[in-house]
Amino acid sequence: MATLQLREAIRAAMTEEMERDEDVFLMGEEVAEYDGAYKVSQGMLDQFGPDRVIDTPIAELGFSGLGIGAAMSGLRPIIEFMTFNFSFVAFDQVVNNAPNMRYMSGGQFGCPIVFRGPNGAAGQLGATHSNSTEALYSNFPGLKVIAPSNPDDAKGLLKSAIRDDDPIVFLESEQMYGMKGEVSDEEDYLLPIGKARIAREGEDVTIVAHSKSYHVAMKAAEELEKEGYDAEVIDPRTIKPLDIETIIRSVMKTNRLVVIDESSPFASVASEVTHQVQERAFDHLDAPVLRVTPPDTPAPYAPNLMDRYMPSVEETVRASKRVLYATT
Amino acid sequence: MADDNSKAPTDSADAFDAKSGGDGAADKSAVEDTAADESTEEQGPWTKQSIDIPEGPIKETVEYETYPASRFTHDDLGLSDDDLMPMLRNMLLQRRFEERCRQMYQRQNISGFLHLYIGQEAVSTGSVYGIRLGEDSVITAYRDHGIGLAMGMDPKACMAELFGKKSGCSSGKGGSMHFFDSEKRMFGGHAIVGAHLPVGAGIAFAHKYRDEDNVCLCFFGDGAMAQGAYREALNLAGIYDLPIVFICENNQYAMGTAVDRVQAEPDLFKHGRSFGMPCSLASGMDVFSVNGAVKDHVEMAREGQPSMLEIRTYRYQGHSISDPAKYRKEGELDARKSEDAIVRLQQYIIDQDIATDSEIETLDDEIKQEVLDAIEFANNSDFPDDDAIYDHVYAQEDYPFIN
Repeated sequence: MATLQLREAIRAAMTEEMERDEDVFLMGEEVAEYDGAYKVSQGMLDQFGPDRVIDTPIAELGFSGLGIGAAMSGLRPIIEFMTFNFSFVAFDQVVNNAPNMRYMSGGQFGCPIVFRGPNGAAGQLGATHSNSTEALYSNFPGLKVIAPSNPDDAKGLLKSAIRDDDPIVFLESEQMYGMKGEVSDEEDYLLPIGKARIAREGEDVTIVAHSKSYHVAMKAAEELEKEGYDAEVIDPRTIKPLDIETIIRSVMKTNRLVVIDESSPFASVASEVTHQVQERAFDHLDAPVLRVTPPDTPAPYAPNLMDRYMPSVEETVRASKRVLYATT
Repeated sequence: MADDNSKAPTDSADAFDAKSGGDGAADKSAVEDTAADESTEEQGPWTKQSIDIPEGPIKETVEYETYPASRFTHDDLGLSDDDLMPMLRNMLLQRRFEERCRQMYQRQNISGFLHLYIGQEAVSTGSVYGIRLGEDSVITAYRDHGIGLAMGMDPKACMAELFGKKSGCSSGKGGSMHFFDSEKRMFGGHAIVGAHLPVGAGIAFAHKYRDEDNVCLCFFGDGAMAQGAYREALNLAGIYDLPIVFICENNQYAMGTAVDRVQAEPDLFKHGRSFGMPCSLASGMDVFSVNGAVKDHVEMAREGQPSMLEIRTYRYQGHSISDPAKYRKEGELDARKSEDAIVRLQQYIIDQDIATDSEIETLDDEIKQEVLDAIEFANNSDFPDDDAIYDHVYAQEDYPFIN
């Protein structure tokens, strides 16, 4: 096992895949000469040259569409959004072109492309730079959405994503880029898309959380343990396809569920998990499913408001205790 | 819009670690601005830009190549006598096919949007005769029947697609606006105005990336010229030297809006110049003008020079089948029809003694029958199985759907 930062794990995944397959290339704003806005692609220009590590103008619509055309032609582009907040400028390409090509062409043209970059709020950046897009992109059939919570998952899942024949939205977090973790030394380390990870086994309550929220969940589980409650934490890792089976099995064991999700609460990932659980495991539930999400507001700037905005350990503990009917 | 995140993430990373107890410290150095570290004496990625302003006004003379109707003979274009009847056949097939489409729509065999190409056949045929079919790539917008048929797509599969049948060229999943043929490198008709222009750039990018000697023809209407996607696609093609020809089929109207009402510079071919590209203007009422222009532009593309070609043409029908086209001036349609490209080519063939009137008539009858056969095929084909709704959403067949 090697200890890598999240950004290093992502870089390792891209580097290995580019070494393995000449059809893979990286394109985005500041990925080459600047060495990556968040240094994810640091050193890759030197290794692969400007034909495969390609700077773009600030034109998300254009370079996303270019990636889609290249993917339809059989290449395997990795398109980096400097942040997923900017993917909205390319929204039509990501949701209307990439996922529909295979269907509209009756299977003649695929679109093996990965759109990746930081997603979600990253501190006090204001409303337009704090969007969490996982629920949004999961709404479009034909897209797959992945949101890893640690370097090991990021490497294994990104390598799988690059080899996948469908368009993938791969969501990272700029707050996690420096986060270190053990990464498998296994040669050609691949993780399956659509398989959740049971991060912590427990008997009393299930907490489902992905990406940054996973760390909130683990912290909350520690707090709950101090009070004598044993939480099970599940990181779905891929939002679409969602490994609902693993979640259902856990709920059947604990009979209680809390979902943490940074996306806006209305029609969120948490809403979807909640719906599917009540549909499949209603009789196993001993309490209403609770969500821990931001309020349904734009993200604020002021630090106290931002603390209030983000899903927190305290809120998660409180929600868990509510579904446990524990005195708070 | 896309700003430099040089400071905020450093702060926010700290905030995250403090709040949630992340597994490790964020790397502050990674997001520092590297520009300050560079000594100005060292060789950097400097460009040729400067702040010099000349004393006097900058005067420029610009020349544009034009390809007006009736300038070229087939000899000029390297076409043989034997090419002419197939070219005529190619154009007539589109015309006859679409005349029947109209009828089939009225009989409710065809639904959805139906944008007919009638009047523009010289553009498709002239262009297809200017490329290496099957090696070069083509992508277009929603008025795609003509280009698909010109590329040799099977009229049976095309009609079946319009009927929504399993045997259709897109398995009944695309419809009128989404004809695809991967073997012929027809990358489809696309239905969001302007959205396929960057995709066309990507197809050209793939040709270049693979070191292939092939080009992409990217067709779009005058309406797409107002979209930001147009600018982004041309800019990308320009900076990456992509082998692409951007072809604006200016049929004078974006739906019902005349081009000069919505374009500050209605000479659309001139727009390519702001990207440093060769631009020219051709008549879409003469298949030879189109063919000459496309050949010249394709030659440039093969040398890595993207370019912009405006082909002025006219659609005889409304924007779609539901449009009576009342926005036209009186007599406008008749005036344009008097320049009809099919009639022009027929006359040329007769004048050159390549075929007689009656031979052309026989050809036309054959084509009409071919279209009737396509209708019969479409009629006799099955609709897709109900379960086909789940096919082709994802590459793998066992994708875990919730159903």
